[in-house]
Amino acid sequence: MASHPFEPYIPRLRRYALALLHNRARADDLVQDTLERALRKFSLFRRDTDLRAWLFTVMHNVYVNDVRASARRHTEIADTIEAAVTTADDATTLRDIMGALERLAPEQREVVLLVGLEQLSYEETARVLAVPRGTVMSRLARGRERLRALMSGEASPYMRRIK
Amino acid sequence: MNQQLKPVSDDELHAYVDGELATERAAEIEAWLAAHPDAAERVQTYRQQNQTMRALFDPVLDEPVPASLTATLARRSAPWARAAAVAWLAVGGIVGYAVHGWQTPPAAATLFAERAAVAHVVYAAEVLHPVEVPADQEQHLVKWLSKRLGKELHTPDFRGFGYQLVGGRLLPGDKGPAAQFMYQNTQGARLTLYVSTPNGNTQPAAFRYEEQDGEHVLYWVDRELGFALVGEPDRARLMDIAHTAYQAFNF
Repeated sequence: MASHPFEPYIPRLRRYALALLHNRARADDLVQDTLERALRKFSLFRRDTDLRAWLFTVMHNVYVNDVRASARRHTEIADTIEAAVTTADDATTLRDIMGALERLAPEQREVVLLVGLEQLSYEETARVLAVPRGTVMSRLARGRERLRALMSGEASPYMRRIK
Repeated sequence: MNQQLKPVSDDELHAYVDGELATERAAEIEAWLAAHPDAAERVQTYRQQNQTMRALFDPVLDEPVPASLTATLARRSAPWARAAAVAWLAVGGIVGYAVHGWQTPPAAATLFAERAAVAHVVYAAEVLHPVEVPADQEQHLVKWLSKRLGKELHTPDFRGFGYQLVGGRLLPGDKGPAAQFMYQNTQGARLTLYVSTPNGNTQPAAFRYEEQDGEHVLYWVDRELGFALVGEPDRARLMDIAHTAYQAFNF
């Protein structure tokens, strides 16, 4: 039973965190840190703002400050894929897209996930990331094109973008 | 015919995929894509990307939330509850509709919920005159009802739940005037927020849920005002909407 206004949003925060980090333990750590920060900051929440988008904003900030800056990402693709796979063909596609997402520049990955997976509007995504709408659109276009290239094998799988 | 069309930009292809275009332009682009297979293939690929990501990560939504995460929320005294925390702690520390801690609700509270339910049943069914002051005069509506109730009122934004403000009206309450704000979704379902000075205790009280006249009513007391939400059949959603209303009156 929902007892706190944040609670209904936890599943979506977990989904986004896992899509960003590809590691369950670290994804749940990110959700935990996000909830803790959100609790501390909730008095700053403006009533004309959507709570869901605001929680994604908090998560983005935690991710950029704590996770992306410090730690190297470890991947444990297997268990995530297992949960989603229905056929062998699926498995290949899913593995491909996870690998491809990993190779996106982090700021492109965030936009591709917020728009494509989380279905946030361009406006909401711009607010979450604190960038102009035009920046969202250019990152989205570049991110999707790069995903396309990676998944169709046009780009070398060994070519990693160094941030 | 394609010559007359405004050129389709790269950005527009993405906006088309993401449903960000006006209906008219989206229809134009759809027609244009039929004659431009390369672009059509890219659109298809972008859609495929979204579907694949969802196939991969959507199962997370159905997983039980780890207890450590819900515990984080329970452990903290949330700032949003601070305003009413003292009184809420007094009734068992719950800020939810889990009413285990409640004994028989005070008769006055039940009466309040009933009044809200009756007002909902009467006016939500009204086709011609559901409200006295329509939403296009929202400012006037809020000012007028605030003045009549002697408290600063707000019209919470429930658009996140699909409900648009229709307007509001003044009603007789138990101890004076009551305000009713009406909302409606695209299916025509109506939701009302009933606000009045409670006739019993004016101490803040936790959200409480009741069924009155076949309507689901969620009500609470805050800032010496009683609030009741009526009309949304999904209890969890009703709770979320109530939180939004609570925030609107507190932040």
